[in-house]
Amino acid sequence: MTGMTTPLAGYLLVAALLFAIGLAGALVRRNAILVLIGIELMLNAANLNLIAFWRYGPRPELLTGMMFAIFSIAVAAAEAAVGLGLVIAIHRHTNTTELDKINRLKG
Amino acid sequence: MNAVFYLLAVLTIGGGLAAVLLKHLVHCALATTVAFSGLALLYLQLDAQFAGFAQILVYIGAVAILIVFAILLTRGSDLPQDGVFSRSWSVGFVIAAGVFAVLAWAVMQSVRAVPQQTAVPAVTVHDIGNALVGRYVLPLEIVALLLTAATIGAVIVAMHENGRPK
Amino acid sequence: MANTLDQIFILLRNWLVSFLPAALRPAAGVVLGVIAIVCVFPGLFALTTVFERKGLGRIQNRLGPNRVGPYGLFQPVADGIKSLTKEDIVPLSANAAVHFLAPLVLVVAVFMGFAVLPMGRNMVLVDMDAGLLFFFAMGAATELSVFMAGWSSRNKYSLLGAMRAVAQMISYEVVLLLSAVAVVMITGSLSLPAIVAAQNTYTGIFPHWYIFTPWGLAGFAMYAIAATAETNRSPFDLPEGESELVAGYHTEYSGFKFALFFLGEYLAMFSISGLGTTLFLGGWSAPLSFLTFIPSWIWFFSKVMLSIFVFIWMRGTLPRLRQDQLMNFAWKFCLPFTLLDLVVTALWRFMGEGWMRWVVSTAILAAAYVLMGRFGMRKEHFGPRRYRYAE
Repeated sequence: MTGMTTPLAGYLLVAALLFAIGLAGALVRRNAILVLIGIELMLNAANLNLIAFWRYGPRPELLTGMMFAIFSIAVAAAEAAVGLGLVIAIHRHTNTTELDKINRLKG
Repeated sequence: MNAVFYLLAVLTIGGGLAAVLLKHLVHCALATTVAFSGLALLYLQLDAQFAGFAQILVYIGAVAILIVFAILLTRGSDLPQDGVFSRSWSVGFVIAAGVFAVLAWAVMQSVRAVPQQTAVPAVTVHDIGNALVGRYVLPLEIVALLLTAATIGAVIVAMHENGRPK
Repeated sequence: MANTLDQIFILLRNWLVSFLPAALRPAAGVVLGVIAIVCVFPGLFALTTVFERKGLGRIQNRLGPNRVGPYGLFQPVADGIKSLTKEDIVPLSANAAVHFLAPLVLVVAVFMGFAVLPMGRNMVLVDMDAGLLFFFAMGAATELSVFMAGWSSRNKYSLLGAMRAVAQMISYEVVLLLSAVAVVMITGSLSLPAIVAAQNTYTGIFPHWYIFTPWGLAGFAMYAIAATAETNRSPFDLPEGESELVAGYHTEYSGFKFALFFLGEYLAMFSISGLGTTLFLGGWSAPLSFLTFIPSWIWFFSKVMLSIFVFIWMRGTLPRLRQDQLMNFAWKFCLPFTLLDLVVTALWRFMGEGWMRWVVSTAILAAAYVLMGRFGMRKEHFGPRRYRYAE
């Protein structure tokens, strides 16, 4: 590609910003599903960090960063499935998904 | 190229912000999909083609659909009457801003020690396949086990109480 | 002479591009390829709409459209004028932005899939190392647009149609991917031109297409079933069945947006048939070794049109499957059979050349087909009536 290439710091800052946004979403929103969306954004930000360090790292032919990111994608998908299954089960039980209301152990 | 990177960064961050700030749940889910696709394009720009396509296939093709199905099944279309942010929302934003400040400071501090871009690594799918069954065979098997356990667990958790799957 | 005719589009592109300075030539070549795809496939779509209506008409013992041109061939022109001039009705309570974006996302995702199909010798737009993965990634992106269309219409029937369509598509997507993995295992590459090149060899006069092997035949059958379900075609067209859900997730669309959905569905059919031809039917290679003088792109497009003809034939002949029947079929029959097909493919690869592997593979697959069909798909016995109320 012609032109100036972006430095590694650019990608790391984007990842840090996305992580902070995901964290804000997980802390601030009421709905359980939005907390899960925030968690997915955080995992994605970490993946971006991994791939950026893989690309700019000393030995990219070892594929370490890319493998880590691919496994992370697989595990995040599994965790999203289980998390959303839990949210659906809780909704069926208490008929709400607002975290403020699901604050009692008595079910 | 810088311009493309800025565009993709704006797309990703914009999607993330929309996902966290919008009121209607399905809009948030669709904004998350925009963020995922921005990230996939960033991976493609970093010459990680396999990771980029896997991101589209898994996140947009499966996780986003999972999220919208969960929103539909839990009747997320009804907006709560007290607003969408919890009572301590300012604390949440402050904490997130603090985390970003720490991370950004760490990145800017080390910007001199960080290497510039090396030549494009010639990564073929063949190499990834070799790595998966060679060096990374143990993580592969464990992830397979994990995915099986997660599938069975999700089905059992979301099943109806009298044992009848709906 | 035959070689020139075979490469005529490549030569044409090179000639057109030679007018530009050398720095712009690769980009201009790609742009010309994109223009060619955007012109050819919607043109084929127009032809297929007439082909389908006449074909369905003949299967149902009636004439199809025959007024607009000779034998009704100008019907797509009339349809195009109609859809462009119809009033674009958007429901008042619909989510305007999502309602507008859904057909766009569908058409963009489907067009992207054409970028990796090898339509002739050297005639692939982008020769990607992971071309097959890219194609399936684009297919996954279409599911989201179906959901967007159904949800944004604020119509219970659209939403129901969208949810059914998405559930069906994600179930059969697994079968689609696994049946393609068998081909990748034997070829050793995810790149589609490499898969076609591996099938382009001949023993005597017979080609080495994968459909002529036992695992290839089983894989192709599973791929065909999954492809029909992915594109929501009959007999898997419950999400858009007229008698059940009006038009399913595109009920509330009129005018040009409906035409875009229609275009998207047919282009998805072309794209998935194109992939099926590339994976199992040898792509652009000729069926008999002495027929290679006929240009490669003619073979590719004939095979794709043959697949479309089979789609239309199935639509006219087979009854529709109910939602639970098709989900049962996917998870209880197609998925186990495809997994077994993977094992048999591996067995084929490691048994070495000879007649033994043919016998063993055919025996395992035939036995599995009969046994799974008989014992896996047994119907539920009807017991006392259970009432399920809407919650």
